[in-house]
Amino acid sequence: MDLSLKPPPADARLLPEGRLAGPMPWVIAIMMFLTVLAAAAGLSLSAAARSLDADLSGRLTVQIVEADAARRAAQVTAVRASLARLAAVDTVREVPAKDVRALLDPWLGEDGLDDDLPVPALIDISMKRVAPGDIEMITETIRSVAPSARVDQHAQWLEPLANLLSSLKLLAIMLVGLMAGATAAVVVLTSRAALNSHRPTIEVMHLLGASDVQIARLFQRRIALDALFGGTIGLTLACLTMLVLGSRMSAIGSDMLGSMAMGISGWLIILLLPALGTALAMGVARTTVLGALRQIL
Amino acid sequence: MTHIVQFENVGLRYGTGAETLSDLSFSLAAGGFYFLTGPSGAGKTSLLKLLYLSQRPSRGLIRLFGEDMVTMRRDRLPRYRRRIGVVFQDFRLVPHLSAFDNVALPLRLAGADDKAVDHPVNEMLAWVGLGDRASARPATLSGGEQQRVAIARAVISRPDILVADEPTGNVDPEMAARLLRLFDALNQLGTTIVVATHDLHLLSRISGAQIMRLEAGRISDPTGSLRHPPMRTTAAQ
Repeated sequence: MDLSLKPPPADARLLPEGRLAGPMPWVIAIMMFLTVLAAAAGLSLSAAARSLDADLSGRLTVQIVEADAARRAAQVTAVRASLARLAAVDTVREVPAKDVRALLDPWLGEDGLDDDLPVPALIDISMKRVAPGDIEMITETIRSVAPSARVDQHAQWLEPLANLLSSLKLLAIMLVGLMAGATAAVVVLTSRAALNSHRPTIEVMHLLGASDVQIARLFQRRIALDALFGGTIGLTLACLTMLVLGSRMSAIGSDMLGSMAMGISGWLIILLLPALGTALAMGVARTTVLGALRQIL
Repeated sequence: MTHIVQFENVGLRYGTGAETLSDLSFSLAAGGFYFLTGPSGAGKTSLLKLLYLSQRPSRGLIRLFGEDMVTMRRDRLPRYRRRIGVVFQDFRLVPHLSAFDNVALPLRLAGADDKAVDHPVNEMLAWVGLGDRASARPATLSGGEQQRVAIARAVISRPDILVADEPTGNVDPEMAARLLRLFDALNQLGTTIVVATHDLHLLSRISGAQIMRLEAGRISDPTGSLRHPPMRTTAAQ
């Protein structure tokens, strides 16, 4: 397939209309605008999901639930010592008592916490990596020295949020797919309309010995240029929108929103979208025109 | 004698109507000059459509250049169309192209670049008396001028077969004679010429030309000279 967008001068004259003669470039611009936003949302959500996973998947909190303070302290020491021997464990940190009390303040108030009230000891664990069976092994190790300890995985707490991010990512991918389908449909309609309006010229070329591919090349070049123009306009507007949204999100200062940055690979994918859209339009135009030409001898 | 065109029991029907052409069996010799005559509605244009590969027959066999055109894959047809020059009755010039670009079209479709196109196209336009109208669009040309552009386009690539449908219908007698001389010159170079015409005066202008008369979709061939297989061949066997 000839991918050159610059036609020979003689070919350029065969279809009389100038560029941007119809609504297609502007429809493509709107499609590309929406596609870029959907793709950017998908890529950002994907980045956020990865960041969330990296932050939480290797982290555990152990609660030593023991009413007797001395035995509680002994179990903390034993848990820390036994965890320190495990290769999968990176760091073990006992949450200071004042921090634990600060966590309880909203519920019990400053006056509600007297020294006699037994408060569980908390130990934060971060793992080097999460291999299958590691969490179970750590839990067993903790239970062997502190039978009443509770082990909470951070990932479990935020699983609903991770699921939401996955669903939104899937939705964004579906939207990109739908936009691609709608763009293809617009190109099919435009190609057919162009074929109809240029039918007399095409018939003459056909009878003078033009091959189907020669005729299709005229249309695919024209439509590819329109698609590239529309795609570039759509991309520019979408990038401006993203920059404005990005600055608003930065102003909020949320870690979660901050983790939605796409990264260089994401931006490269976004910048490639007009080229992909152009290739799609070119391919669809070629297929449509060749299909229509097969109807005549 | 080589036969460049062979029709055997060819019939053509549009849709479900009666046959427009029936039982056509004839052959045309390479380098021959043929006039196709007959009353309006006899099927002359339909026969020409079969000749310039715009239509496949409903039945029968058509061989051009020794190849079966009826069963040939359509993607192979363009290379044979390029060997056939056509002057359409309604000219079919591309309206947004200049006279020059219309005449250059067959050469460009065959892959010629601008350098290879300039000289022959200008020469051909001068021959048909339109050297000074090269940049004119068809809409600004008279009927006769359009017809001459159409003829120039048909002969520019020195086709093996030239098919012309009423090529002198819109020109004055002097220009008609000049165009016939062009056809004759092309014929002398080996091109097989088939001219459909109502103009009986033309028939005597080309010595050695054969006349095919079409009536109600059938070839009238009283001398048998167009019979396929040709009489001489049959007699020799």
